[in-house]
Amino acid sequence: METQEMDAKMTGKKEMARPFEEEGIIRVDNLNLYAGKTHILKNVNIEIPKNKLTVILGPSGCGKTTLLKCMNRLTDLTPDIKVNGNIYIGDQPVFGSKTDIVALRRKMGLLSQRPFPLPMNIYNNIAYGLKLRGKYNRAELNDLVEYYLRQVNLWDEVKDRLRSPAVRLSIGQQQRLCLARGLAVNPDIILADEPTSALDPVSSEAIEKQFAALSKDFTLVMVTHVLRQARRIADYVIFMYLGEVIEMRPAQEFFEDPREEQTKKYLSGAFN
Amino acid sequence: MNISNHRRTRDRVVTVLTYLAMAFVLLLPFALFVGLAAKSELLFRDNSLGHLLFSSQWKPSSGEFGFKPFIVGSLYVTLIAMLISAPICFLSAIHITQYAPRKVAKIVVTAIDILAGIPSVVYGVWGMVFVVPWLGRIAAGLGIQSNGYSILAGGIVLSIMVIPFILNILMEIYRTIPKELTEVSLSLGATRWETIRDVLNRKALPGILAAFGFGFARAFGETMAVLMVVGNVVKIPSGLFDPGYPLPALIANSFGELGSIPEIESALMFAALILLVVVLVFNATLRWLIIRVEKY
Repeated sequence: METQEMDAKMTGKKEMARPFEEEGIIRVDNLNLYAGKTHILKNVNIEIPKNKLTVILGPSGCGKTTLLKCMNRLTDLTPDIKVNGNIYIGDQPVFGSKTDIVALRRKMGLLSQRPFPLPMNIYNNIAYGLKLRGKYNRAELNDLVEYYLRQVNLWDEVKDRLRSPAVRLSIGQQQRLCLARGLAVNPDIILADEPTSALDPVSSEAIEKQFAALSKDFTLVMVTHVLRQARRIADYVIFMYLGEVIEMRPAQEFFEDPREEQTKKYLSGAFN
Repeated sequence: MNISNHRRTRDRVVTVLTYLAMAFVLLLPFALFVGLAAKSELLFRDNSLGHLLFSSQWKPSSGEFGFKPFIVGSLYVTLIAMLISAPICFLSAIHITQYAPRKVAKIVVTAIDILAGIPSVVYGVWGMVFVVPWLGRIAAGLGIQSNGYSILAGGIVLSIMVIPFILNILMEIYRTIPKELTEVSLSLGATRWETIRDVLNRKALPGILAAFGFGFARAFGETMAVLMVVGNVVKIPSGLFDPGYPLPALIANSFGELGSIPEIESALMFAALILLVVVLVFNATLRWLIIRVEKY
């Protein structure tokens, strides 16, 4: 019976959720993901709009982080994962043997739950990505490092100790450094997995402000389970529950006039 | 409410017991060092330290005790073993932890555990039966005078013995690196190899040094298997196919028959002292180095 249900879900393609006009920059096309025998993502069909901040919202374990990691195929690192369906970044498929995944990943910056500075000094944390992106001489590198550190308002705090290990920064500074590092490879998209969950309120606010500002020039996809945060900064909200996308709506509509029963329950705090 | 006297006493007794156990552990290396040094004292009556360490004359019957051939023999065998095992351990640890599918990794880890549990005398026999004749044939092919019992044979057998040991530590080190660090580097557009080279290896560097340090210390002191294949000729080896006579082999071979003569007993204690000091100094240097690179 279970397998029948599974088959029905896999073949019964859902209608693509796209509550906006233009074609999305990220298109998730009937994506299913299994870890071993567990069906983690179920028929996910969504489009994510360009240069907006889209929040993936849902209770813990609903598959939102997995969905995010599918977008730049970090799922490759986990053994025993099976994927069918696909994700398109622009017109390039993410899953597929012909995909140049290294080039594709460079289009997407990543910010994780806790900051993970590279085991290098502050300067090289930024320069590492730059060096992967192209050839720069010393002076150009210096300028770019400064530029990206300024972009996240970190320059004034670290300009006198660029050569000290990045792990010596406070955790809030580290997270801003990680954001700058992600921006330095000049991505189109920034993927963020609960980027403020390990931060104090002041640092969280700094990151949130950054995100709001960045969403003019970048497509941001942020996973969170903090309702208030989503309310504060989201342009669009994707609500997930048990591996399925329940609804995707512009943020204001989503919060003021949720359509689905599960969304209403979640917003009223029934899952928490 | 008062804690009853009984409970209070018990608490105190446990505190004292744990303290004594710790003190005992701390005293061990000192006791070892002092014991060996005291027993070597006799040797110093007729020989200076410099003479003992740097003379090549070993004629116990006429009171000549030059340890240089043994020290050099030990260093050569250990060095050969490390040169063979280091790249193998390093590359296979990376493959097992970063590339291999879970099932393959499990099989390899089991194999390593089995290797680690084999008694050293078994490696020695294997070396005598397979490695030594094989090296003898190669030497003959190259026109070198050797029966195969050589520092190279010792190094090969020793490298196989330390591989499981070093590899186990290395794998543990790569496993403790958070997966997110790999994710971050990949998401910046690095390839898998660039990530390993620039990020994971840098993160693992202190651990890598420690692993090879422990491997060195273990190899330097390994006795049985080396003794069986290294030739045990008191001479400074001048080539890979030359026999040698490492310090542990000297002690093990001589103690039974010659240990009753006070001067020779003293000499063997001094050999043990050299082993101890080399390993201690090496470990201390390494620790200093590890602290220096451990800033990330």
